[in-house]
Amino acid sequence: MTLTMLELVLFTILTAATPLVIAAIGELVTERSGVLNLGVEGMMIAGAACAFAIAIVTGSTALGILAGIGAGMLLSTIFAVLVIFLAANQVATGLALTIMGTGLAGLVGSGFIGLKRDAAVHLYIPFLSDLPLIGKLLFSHDLFVYLGWALVAGVAWFLKQTRSGLVLRAIGENHHSAHALGLPVRRVRFLAVLFGGACAGLAGAYLSLSYTPFWAPGMTAGRGWIALALVVFASWRPLYAFAGALLFGGATVLQLHAQAAALGIPGQLLTAVPYLATILALIVLSLRRKLGQTAPGSLGLSFMPDR
Amino acid sequence: MRIELERRVAQSPIIEFLAPLLAIVMAVLIGGALLAAIGKSPQQAFLVYFIEPFSDAWSLQELAIKASPLILIASGLAFCYRANLWNIGAEGQFVIGGLVGGTIAVVTHGMDHALGGYWILPAMLFAGALAGMLYAMITAFLRVKVGASEILTSLMLVYIAEITLDYFVRGRLRDPKGFNFPQSVPFEDIARLPFLAEGERLHAGILFALAAVFLASFVFRRTLFGFDVKLVGSAPKAARFAGFSEGRLTFAVFAISGAAAGLAGVCEVAGQIGQLQPVISPGYGFSAIIVAFLGRLQPWGILCAGLVLSLTIIGGENAQIAMKMPLDMTRVFQGTLLMCVLAMDVFTRYRLRLVWRRSV
Repeated sequence: MTLTMLELVLFTILTAATPLVIAAIGELVTERSGVLNLGVEGMMIAGAACAFAIAIVTGSTALGILAGIGAGMLLSTIFAVLVIFLAANQVATGLALTIMGTGLAGLVGSGFIGLKRDAAVHLYIPFLSDLPLIGKLLFSHDLFVYLGWALVAGVAWFLKQTRSGLVLRAIGENHHSAHALGLPVRRVRFLAVLFGGACAGLAGAYLSLSYTPFWAPGMTAGRGWIALALVVFASWRPLYAFAGALLFGGATVLQLHAQAAALGIPGQLLTAVPYLATILALIVLSLRRKLGQTAPGSLGLSFMPDR
Repeated sequence: MRIELERRVAQSPIIEFLAPLLAIVMAVLIGGALLAAIGKSPQQAFLVYFIEPFSDAWSLQELAIKASPLILIASGLAFCYRANLWNIGAEGQFVIGGLVGGTIAVVTHGMDHALGGYWILPAMLFAGALAGMLYAMITAFLRVKVGASEILTSLMLVYIAEITLDYFVRGRLRDPKGFNFPQSVPFEDIARLPFLAEGERLHAGILFALAAVFLASFVFRRTLFGFDVKLVGSAPKAARFAGFSEGRLTFAVFAISGAAAGLAGVCEVAGQIGQLQPVISPGYGFSAIIVAFLGRLQPWGILCAGLVLSLTIIGGENAQIAMKMPLDMTRVFQGTLLMCVLAMDVFTRYRLRLVWRRSV
């Protein structure tokens, strides 16, 4: 393999991993606070549609990104009110959110099908970006890729090093004890859910503004669900989630290159690779999990304080 | 002053009955507001969605045809959800059931039929249900033996089922004389579900849906198994203490829901569609989840809820023609409806209370 080929493959892995990283890191924070939001797919696709629509209407990528984040946060607010303040079932509410988000995305996006715009600009630093291999891999991405990296580092630091991170983890581990200690269980969870929504919306914005700069119904293609699986795969640890996303990015790239090389493998089998990989990852992880490191103790349970 | 929720000591049957109805009213109001916001007439939409489908016998049959798979699938899902197991992959089990059952129709097409070919349809139905069941068992197996989340595996298997169907319909099962269209030969009459009356559209699929409601109702009320399902769902610790095999129960409920979804799938291809195509479901497997919850996991509730959801599907199709409304509006409405159901559900478990308190 030549250097440029290697460069290209690694570069594609990093970009394919980005939406997964961003969405997974948001959901990771949500789940660490003890809330399981299955609506990632819905928030992501709504984010993609709104981001693209606003970017086309205003001509501004930045406003598009904000619209994507806003859409994710708006949907996650509905979810948060239902599961945190009304103690609704988290699994079912998350599903409802995905159904609703997919529908809203279709409504918003219906007027924008077939339109294209230029992908978000890539970084270029003279000299640094021209370095072989490193230049391409570290210094020539678009904003989203760097945001993804920053989110991973930021969340890892927040959870491990800050007092607020400790509070969030305590609430996720055992909401009764946390409540007894006087920690604001519901407020922290609300914020964590909002953060997850913002990240899912941002991941959607990346898809429609940069990865494939157009809108198409169903363009998230299950990435929200894969991000959910990544959180489990990462045992709720940010750096592992990043590593897992790179693995999945690798699976996507494998698929693209095999398609290009025309190896006679049916296209459908290649399309199925990410989904098969997800199931495989869950199996491998679950077998390993028996050694320890499990989900946050209160994950998926509703909490209602006794006055 | 603030509002607090207080756990109900006893369940109130009136509230339990009213909650889903209130949820429907709430969803209709929210949907209307949303329509007004995007500049469509809510009044016209209300007529198109909820009144026109009742206007003639033809539409009423359509209502029953679309409700049948929803009711059949949701009756199966009720077993899973009562046991607190989250099979959200009914869509995949539906597709696999349709594919495997339909394959029998395609393979036997144009052959000299032994015994007049009367075995073909029963074989299709059986194979479809069995295929759906086995497909759901993959999820159950991974959950019980490996400990993988059934939510994620069952959902991933939906994508894989859809891709598999696409592969076969564009490949081996494609009609060789079909001008390269990705679809199979039209099934022979012997491989189609019979119509309930001459010259009508309603086919025998609805009988399976009704049978499923009766059966589920009987099992939940009268059998030990029905009680066990509820016990594992509501008091897993007690169930474990009573020496109860959660694993076996998991397999059982997934098998039941998978078989129901698979049967619904084969009924769809043998009844409504009459051939295999790349897409055989307008999302019945997902809508059925809403049906199960709207029906409060009660078989008779599911029967009514299936009709309501069928109404939204038909209304959505009509609105697309009459009001140029995107089909996605149906999804938005269905999502809203499920959220309202879940929100209202809170009041069956808690009561509202006003708390007067000085700020600390």
